Amino acid sequence: MSKTGRTLIDKLWDAHAITTREDGTSLIWIDRHLVHEGSFLAFDQVAGRGGRVAHPQLTFGVADHYVPTRERALGRGDGDFAQMLRQLEDNTRRAGIRLIGLDDPRQGIVHVVAPEQGLTLPGLTIVCGDSHTSTHGAFGAYAFGIGASEAAHVLMTQTLWQKRPKRMRVAIGGTLGVGLSAKDLALTLIARIGADGAQGHAVEYAGAGVRALSMEGRMTLCNLAIEAGARLGLIAPDEATFEFLRGRAFAPKGDAFQRAVEDWRGLRSDEDAEFDAELSFDASDVAPTVTWGVSPEHAATIDASTPDPASFADESRAEAVRDALAYMGLAPGTPLTAIRIDRVFIGSCTNARIEDLRAAAAVLAGRKSVVPGLVSPGSLVVKRQAEEEGLSQIFQDAGLEWVDSGCSMCVAMNGDSVPAGERCASTTNRNFKGRQGPGSRTHLMSPAMAAAAAVTGRLTDARDLLAGRV
Amino acid sequence: MERFTALETKAITLPQANIDTDQLIPARFLKHPRSEGYGRFLLHDLRRDASGSPRDHPIDHPTRAGAALLIARRNFGCGSSREGAVYALADFGVRCVAAPSFGDIFASNAVKNGLLPARVSEADVEALLTSQVVAGGGRVHIDLSAQTIIAGNLVVSFAIDPVWKTQLLNGWDDVDLTRAEQARIDRFRAEDASTRPWATPHE
Repeated sequence: MSKTGRTLIDKLWDAHAITTREDGTSLIWIDRHLVHEGSFLAFDQVAGRGGRVAHPQLTFGVADHYVPTRERALGRGDGDFAQMLRQLEDNTRRAGIRLIGLDDPRQGIVHVVAPEQGLTLPGLTIVCGDSHTSTHGAFGAYAFGIGASEAAHVLMTQTLWQKRPKRMRVAIGGTLGVGLSAKDLALTLIARIGADGAQGHAVEYAGAGVRALSMEGRMTLCNLAIEAGARLGLIAPDEATFEFLRGRAFAPKGDAFQRAVEDWRGLRSDEDAEFDAELSFDASDVAPTVTWGVSPEHAATIDASTPDPASFADESRAEAVRDALAYMGLAPGTPLTAIRIDRVFIGSCTNARIEDLRAAAAVLAGRKSVVPGLVSPGSLVVKRQAEEEGLSQIFQDAGLEWVDSGCSMCVAMNGDSVPAGERCASTTNRNFKGRQGPGSRTHLMSPAMAAAAAVTGRLTDARDLLAGRV
Repeated sequence: MERFTALETKAITLPQANIDTDQLIPARFLKHPRSEGYGRFLLHDLRRDASGSPRDHPIDHPTRAGAALLIARRNFGCGSSREGAVYALADFGVRCVAAPSFGDIFASNAVKNGLLPARVSEADVEALLTSQVVAGGGRVHIDLSAQTIIAGNLVVSFAIDPVWKTQLLNGWDDVDLTRAEQARIDRFRAEDASTRPWATPHE
């Protein structure tokens, strides 16, 4: 029998497959299940079947989607948000699930909190009723978003029936230029392969361009795997991963940590492993990238202009571009740097970690924002660190609101939203119609680019404002 | 889970790519318990203006009343994992979406709720969209066993993961299938705890 090596994706799969049916579907063991306010639909299903939570010690609750960021008191009382938070508290308490709730100093966005607390580790299967669960793949975890029915199944059995995904490797050579970030890298990739370019695939990001990224950058890259349609994104763990995790609250300690690191070093694709699809590009070719339309694939470099529908041979593509430009209130052929914005949002599971806030602050230091804006750190831990580093002062001096942590204006479920017709420079992950509020218009970009847009009031190459600063 | 075998129905067309789950159901409606019904939230902001008045969206047209097939362009249901997007379609009465491609999580959620995500080639979707039968509000036949959609003289085949096909045809419930594997799960768990001691949360 010929021996071909295994990919990291296969190694993780094989380690968790309890049994495989004749039709190729495997029952997969789930190491960590993360729940939030929206998980009530799953708890309702469990209750409806008279079931119970099988392994409450492997499930963790985090309050993030509905938490008020400006007035925490709204999280208590009789309002809608308070009710959603109470529901999460009741469901987790009844099942014996630990909760990092509204009043917990560790609270934040689930995909920021879990790595921060060492709940995310290499080699784990991690699921959550949220598509951006792919974020945790940055640590070499097999992490993916699930729906309420699947979440109910995990609550009741700690397993999921899954089909082995196709495997794609995205090899990124070179290193990013000054003022650029993983966000630019990810948007460049999505623009190239499309919002469904990785559908049906698990993606391994590899190469020197990935190794050079910090853990924060890797999380941004894996977070956005879903916006290319991937089932999940992941990166083989290395010394940077182990250093990040050492001493984290729920990570193994002492000898147990060393033992774990020894195992984790084996979590890499074999030299001769074969992938179903391979793609490569050079990070040094990446330029600051922003979106102009209503899908993350509607992205272009900052020196470009909005496309002209007339230039598309395919009528359905032309129609999509026409529709996107109409929704965004933009004419074909508009230089992106001529697009004026109404507000800025720096936050979300994509870009609200400490490194993101530092990048935004580097642009904003000593400057004023000419538009209103909100900065919501990814967690209260990040918030305290940013305050200690003086970053919050920079944001406030620039005239931006510095608020508490949550999903906030990325998904507009907690009262933070972009008014209809307004245009927002946003560090988030989705520029879908109405995503930031009914009628809102979103331009996705990196924290540095959002900060630059705040300073000039239009889409701007952040590198122009960083000269002499970084 | 409701079975899906064959269906004779009118069709609704949404000739757009990338219809994301935020459009299928805006986030602000996700607070509601399923028991209240999600049909009125389907494509809410496309069907209604800011004051809540109907915009005369094609899916609300009287000639489409009771339609159980929705035809759309590529990457249908991309984005958020919210199962509410499937609830909204199902509670509105949609039993099958025909499109060239689907968001992975959406498709998985759809099958769990007895809704068929039928993968049709781009050319065939265009043919369906322009079919006289579909445009005229005529009846279309969907057959899961044969994997075909028939609109008048137009016969289009669709792809579906064979596992999902079997599941839809039989109305199988995942939890029941899993419970039958309990002994295997327990064995795996016991062995795994010794080979991967670091996988358990430490404090």
